[in-house]
Amino acid sequence: MKKVYANATEALDGLLSDGMLIAAGGFGLCGIPELLLNAIKDSGVKDLTFASNNAGVDDFGIGILLQTRQVKKMISSYVGENAEFMRQYLSGELELEFNPQGTLAERMRAAGCGIPGFYTKTGVGTVIADGKEHKDFGGETYILEEGIFADLSIVKAWKADETGNLVFRKTARNFNPPAAMCGKVCVVEVEEIVPTGSLDPDSIHLPGIYVHRLIQGAHEKRIEQRTVRQREDA
Amino acid sequence: MPWDRNQMAARAANELEDGMYVNLGIGIPTLVANYVGDKDITLQSENGMLGMGPFPYEGEEDPDLINAGKQTITELRRTAYFDSAQSFGMIRGGKIAAAILGAMEVAENGDLANWMIPGKLVKGMGGAMDLVAGVGRVIVVMDHTNKHGDSKLLKECTLPLTGKGVVDMIITNLGVLDVVEGGLRIVELADGVSEDELRAATEATIV
Repeated sequence: MKKVYANATEALDGLLSDGMLIAAGGFGLCGIPELLLNAIKDSGVKDLTFASNNAGVDDFGIGILLQTRQVKKMISSYVGENAEFMRQYLSGELELEFNPQGTLAERMRAAGCGIPGFYTKTGVGTVIADGKEHKDFGGETYILEEGIFADLSIVKAWKADETGNLVFRKTARNFNPPAAMCGKVCVVEVEEIVPTGSLDPDSIHLPGIYVHRLIQGAHEKRIEQRTVRQREDA
Repeated sequence: MPWDRNQMAARAANELEDGMYVNLGIGIPTLVANYVGDKDITLQSENGMLGMGPFPYEGEEDPDLINAGKQTITELRRTAYFDSAQSFGMIRGGKIAAAILGAMEVAENGDLANWMIPGKLVKGMGGAMDLVAGVGRVIVVMDHTNKHGDSKLLKECTLPLTGKGVVDMIITNLGVLDVVEGGLRIVELADGVSEDELRAATEATIV
């Protein structure tokens, strides 16, 4: 089965519909599926719910879909750094569901593993626990969190082979594997597609069984906070 | 003289032991890394890295290599990368020995508030709720009072909680306190700070 597509628009063909739930990889602007987000913007699909740790910045990442009002709801752990997001949220145009970061990652991973719910200590005694089932195990209290079963996963990896085996690079891995796992269909963009057989099978980070469609493209890879140290004088 | 930011960070570094895996929060906690000396400490960044190195030299920044504050960083010889689910698996699973983080309020029973002020812009809790619920020991580093001079060590938190009964130790500009049965216990006073001064600046019960 052919997984490699020519570009992001073709890779998303037939997959987008108004009101769908999309799980997106990335942390801040690191490892985000920037090509697929651009194509989703161009498609005009609307009323989207995104499960994504962050919401990008005004002109990059999911932020570009906020500018065009294509997003109805965000499920995120941290949404600072985005003025348009805050404006829409405060005016009631945008729904927001805060999830603790680890709970969000596990909700994706769990759904991808066929686990519809799990108990966690995270958030017990906070507003996050309101309305959720509480259960004691070994004298400690846990709350029930549910898996996120997405309609579509959009993911960024570093390299793929033609069968969709993925290799990520450094901290750009972040939410991409759990996001890839939790969707009915997973579309991946990479910097380089290499011939099948040229990746070390022991070094695959996410096997191609999770990957349905694949594109290669040039990435901007924007840096959010450029921090450096001074060189000591020789 | 109360401690400054660097002295607070240095005091927090004293709490770390050889071989520990540690998560440092944003702000003063980040400075703790400068004071670990010869101790073998591995820093975790919850976006998916163990063995976090210092900021890169100019021109060597890598957009694929950032910390949880989205700052460019570097890797070390010992560095390992993993995904966010595994990262919080090791946090939730109690594998991280300690987290050092800032706070807006701490209560005498160890309740912690550091993620939202009602009516103000809420950016989210990020990984803070997972960290305080999961790691072995939670050490808060913060100023003893807010900018109005009010105690940040309270009988009860007024702000929405990040975690309930999660704080083990508080290091402030005035001294060090442990959270114990019935309230806070003074462990150490900052140089030149008297016990009376610290007590006067503290709303929480001191036992």
